[in-house]
Amino acid sequence: MTEKVPFELVTPERVVFAEEADMVVVPGGDGDFGVLPGHAPLLSTVRPGTVEVYEGDRVTMRIFVSGGFAEVADGRCAVLADEAVPASEIDRADAEERLKRAQEAHREAAPEGPEHREAEAELRAAEAMVAAAGAAAKAGTSR
Amino acid sequence: MPNLKDLRIRIATVKSTQKITSAMKMVSASKLRRAQAAAEAARPYADRMERMLGALTASLPTVEGAPALLAGSGGDRSHLIVPITADRGLCGGFNSSIVRAVRRHVTALHESGKSVSLLCVGRKGRDALKRDYESLILDTLEDVTKTGAGFEAAHAIGQRLCAMFEAGEFDVCTVFFNTFKSVISQVVTTRQVIPLAAPEGEDDAAGNGGSKALYILEPSEEEILQALLPRNVSVQMFRALAESYASEQGARMTAMDNATRNAGEMIDDLTLTYNRTRQAVITSELIEIISGAEAV
Repeated sequence: MTEKVPFELVTPERVVFAEEADMVVVPGGDGDFGVLPGHAPLLSTVRPGTVEVYEGDRVTMRIFVSGGFAEVADGRCAVLADEAVPASEIDRADAEERLKRAQEAHREAAPEGPEHREAEAELRAAEAMVAAAGAAAKAGTSR
Repeated sequence: MPNLKDLRIRIATVKSTQKITSAMKMVSASKLRRAQAAAEAARPYADRMERMLGALTASLPTVEGAPALLAGSGGDRSHLIVPITADRGLCGGFNSSIVRAVRRHVTALHESGKSVSLLCVGRKGRDALKRDYESLILDTLEDVTKTGAGFEAAHAIGQRLCAMFEAGEFDVCTVFFNTFKSVISQVVTTRQVIPLAAPEGEDDAAGNGGSKALYILEPSEEEILQALLPRNVSVQMFRALAESYASEQGARMTAMDNATRNAGEMIDDLTLTYNRTRQAVITSELIEIISGAEAV
């Protein structure tokens, strides 16, 4: 198994991660999908969650993304994230603080308004961030 | 004959001005380095986004049924112009060249009977445009690039533009900004962001590299476009802000470099005059003493 997937994770401000991987699992808008070498061209939205980079059978890198788009073409995989933080760098307390704020904003926003949609998206992102921090902590202790 | 004391004061004034201009030049130079690095780091995202949009629009069977951000609202009666300028002056022709281009554009649109409104980014542009078009200015955004061009700020503008477009406040939105060519050259660029301008010829050449393959689209074409198009507006705004910020620093650096050099020349001239005057004064004093002694 020599073939690899060149994988790139970029935000509007910088390239967060660019390396070759055996497999990348992306939280797509319609469900998670794994990208292996030779994947068919694909465009997908990305929902808030964790991108997992596999080396062999092991996850070597977990990166939290708050949403965005993914493109698979010519055997390469690129994720355009709105916001991306490696899961190991997330501060648990910060993430929970953000979740709390998001929940408040969500409660206060008038239903069916554009604010409500925004608050909902922020809430999902914050939830995913806390989950990513949790997963990273667990992976850290088991190793 | 100029007064010695006046000359001394004059020289001191020019010297302190020179200190300020050379400090400003140094500050701009270091900001420019950072701005350039930021603009470069932002490029991969924008490039990918362009490719994705290109692939999507190419596979779109007809323009009908496409989201309004792509196809337009059907008319081009009212135009929104977004001139991006700096909040501060002392940067050569940076602000005035944008203002001039905007003025020309507004006049052309008025002549063809279109309605125009302005959303200024940056204080200097607002100040200059207020004289002629005060009634057209909807709002001014200040201090957008105070600490460099950030995506947050660009995204806020993008969202606002999209909201205004959806509310039917304008049909076409054009952004005016300076593109960073080099430290001494910034080019005024006009870009139509809403509706999305058709990709230019160069994109076709780049797109031939196998990306014509049919994509699997998840969840669906409409949903991706719906999310991608507003995002693209923000990305375009971000790119414009980043370019403009780098250009501003470059322009200020050049302007301040010139000012420092001019101040140096002025000091040399003044020093020469000062020394001449001083010598003339000494000579005339000596003559007075000698002639006084001879008379005794």
